[in-house]
Amino acid sequence: MNFKGTDVVSIRDLSRKQIEHVMDLAEELVPYASGEKRTRVMDGKILANLFFEPSTRTRLSFESAMVRLGGRFIEIAQPQNSSIVKGETLADTIRMVDGYSDAIVLRHPHEGAARLAAKYSSKPVINAGDGAGQHPTQTILDLFTIRQQAGGIAGKKIVLVGDLKYGRTAHSLAEALGMFGADLTFVAPPVLQMPKDTISQLEKSGISPHLSSDLAEEVSDADVLYITRIQRERFPDPAEYNKVAGSYRVDRSLLRDAKKNLAILHPLPRVDEISPEVDNTENAKYFQQAFNGVPVRMALILLLLGGDL
Amino acid sequence: MKEFRVTPIRNGTVIDHIDCGQALKVLRIIGINDSVQYTVSVLLHVPSKKDGWKDIIKVEDRELDAKEVDKISLIAPHATINIIRDFNVAEKFTVKMPEVAKGIVKCGNPNCITNMNEPVETEFVIESKDPTVLRCLYCDRIQENVADRLV
Ligand SMILES: Nc1ncnc2c1ncn2[C@@H]1O[C@H](COP(=O)(O)OP(=O)(O)O)[C@@H](O)[C@H]1O
Ligand SMILES: [Zn+2]
Repeated sequence: MNFKGTDVVSIRDLSRKQIEHVMDLAEELVPYASGEKRTRVMDGKILANLFFEPSTRTRLSFESAMVRLGGRFIEIAQPQNSSIVKGETLADTIRMVDGYSDAIVLRHPHEGAARLAAKYSSKPVINAGDGAGQHPTQTILDLFTIRQQAGGIAGKKIVLVGDLKYGRTAHSLAEALGMFGADLTFVAPPVLQMPKDTISQLEKSGISPHLSSDLAEEVSDADVLYITRIQRERFPDPAEYNKVAGSYRVDRSLLRDAKKNLAILHPLPRVDEISPEVDNTENAKYFQQAFNGVPVRMALILLLLGGDL
Repeated sequence: MKEFRVTPIRNGTVIDHIDCGQALKVLRIIGINDSVQYTVSVLLHVPSKKDGWKDIIKVEDRELDAKEVDKISLIAPHATINIIRDFNVAEKFTVKMPEVAKGIVKCGNPNCITNMNEPVETEFVIESKDPTVLRCLYCDRIQENVADRLV
């Protein structure tokens, strides 16, 4: 399968076959990502990490991925000191960085920035989040974790819970899960429920998601519980926020009737959506999920730049 | 003998079958303002032989460029452009919405990279022609009220 020179701006840039291929390769790369096995396949290659907005997990996991592959990375460390403040256009920054690296990873506050970068760069561009827009590597690592933890995606009951309205990551994930034939349930207070747009998109591909606002009821037969944060800012009334946030908190009592191998995922950082007492249950898989960012990003780098293990 | 509501023009362009109510926006698209140097006649709300009502604009001594026609297609997808030479309709075509609208609409998302002084033309994929639905190729947002954001 040929990926060389492709840009990964939106999850829609990849076909189902391609996403599967990335996941298969990521699985093979797990021992390399953990340091158990070594490779120098990216020796002499440079990845440019352009983070115009703060990021911890995404930035570190891209760095770790490139280093584990034997390559090096260059970066803009402090967004405040970077050219975005001096008024250089992104188009100019990209054309400069194009000459310093073999692939570009971009996190930017404005939607569409990665598509623009891809236009100006002759090297592959990976979108690491553009404003409220796409974050395709997060989507792939979520899919990968679900497939790994639930032993597949098709037919598995996957419950997405939290802010499903504004969280674009949840929209991309829902669409991707739909593409893989998951049995989807969306749990949110009515004001934060999945947008009609995304639901009709899913219905077009033959998936009819189940909508609910009762988490406890949906957990009992779920295979995967994917939690996203409900932001305080969405509620003008703090009392209303506390009530809503409280009814979607995951703790041990909620898990009492859950399936034994239910996998709980969260893109992190969490605030108080998951009680710390859940961390040492068999169901807590969110740190595993964070680790999976490394093999998945290794797989993408390897496929975009070309090279055999 | 043809019956005309306005005096026949010798040379120019007749934009016919404009969706009723859109003529003033079409005038804006083709840059007609207070300092216009040629004769322009505007007919609002005239009965259409095809169906219902329509607007018509007749511009003397001027032809339209491709970008103007593309913009008109977005707000008046049924308009016909008649090029008049020596009192006769020399050419006639219905506007055709392009597959991709390039550089003719501003993105409605204020946080879109195309609204940030970057050296790029906007680009929109036409998702549906009737009703007109555009999606920004950069920020992926669906666009509403395109007429207000023609550049
Ligand atoms: N010489 C002219 N001066 C002004 N308007 C004209 C002239 N010739 C045609 N038109 C107008 O251009 C439009 C198209 O003309 P025509 O092709 O004859 O009619 P239709 O499209 O209605 O079958 C009509 O609105 C008609 O009134
Ligand atoms: Zn846009």
